[in-house]
Amino acid sequence: MARARVLIRPKEGILDPQGKAVERALPALGFEGVGHVRVGRMVELEAEDPERLAELCEKLLANPLIEDYEIQPL
Amino acid sequence: MIWGVLQFPGSCDERDALHACKVVGGEARLIWHEDRDLGGVGGVVVPGGFSYGDYLRPGAIARFSPAMEAVAELAAAGGPVLGICNGFQVLCEAGLLPGALLRNEELRFICKQADLIPLPRTSDVDGPKTQAGVEFSAHQHEGATLSIPIKHGEGRYYAPDDVLDELEAKGQVAYRYAAGHNPNGSVRDIAGVRNERGNVVGLMPHPEHAVDPLTGSTDGRKVFEALEGFAG
Repeated sequence: MARARVLIRPKEGILDPQGKAVERALPALGFEGVGHVRVGRMVELEAEDPERLAELCEKLLANPLIEDYEIQPL
Repeated sequence: MIWGVLQFPGSCDERDALHACKVVGGEARLIWHEDRDLGGVGGVVVPGGFSYGDYLRPGAIARFSPAMEAVAELAAAGGPVLGICNGFQVLCEAGLLPGALLRNEELRFICKQADLIPLPRTSDVDGPKTQAGVEFSAHQHEGATLSIPIKHGEGRYYAPDDVLDELEAKGQVAYRYAAGHNPNGSVRDIAGVRNERGNVVGLMPHPEHAVDPLTGSTDGRKVFEALEGFAG
């Protein structure tokens, strides 16, 4: 079994209101100078056939119209 | 005509959808998500709710259910399919409709009445026709503004600009929010879209909650009447 981590994030250019909300909250907590916050998802999994992970991401874990994904072998 | 209303774990508007089909003179029955056979229904409503808990993304898991395979076949054969709210999200995830639904711009769950403008289909592609030669044209109540409730947290319609241009050119935008009524940041005020043939329609607002004067508006009947008219 191969372990992998899949990072899924909103595509560049798509409004990410969660990221914006986090960004707006930071100055009130004393964290100045933090920008371009994007909130996504992380999925960890074990796969018998890591060759098929990209297909799995395209079909289920990410919606390629609105999200980018990145597969990181662990 | 006999309508099938899908029921997923987490659906919550299927009973109102059944009722709405009956109010306009149709018959309707529930179809469990594990049923691969739609039992000969002529059309399908994919209802609102939170199918499979909306895990991963709304509609992402529901689209792989056996009943959705059957719905895709029905749609390919020209059968009418209406997706409401979560049902719209399911149809987009399944690739039966273009685009995607994202978190509302203001991140809040919104529950209120909204005015919708129905738009006609203009594509040159022949849509499915009834035996009487009537083309399916659900929601072509031109000139009317419909007052329909909305209730969703992830209803911000999105598609890339080139796709939007194409949708507008072919009359695939089925509904827009009236000026000042866009609740969620949807691109170009889009509240609902149809496929190119016009037999698959999805919208975020809930016409099935607007069929009885008790709840303030009966404009939702027009949506179901158009479907039933297609069937007849």
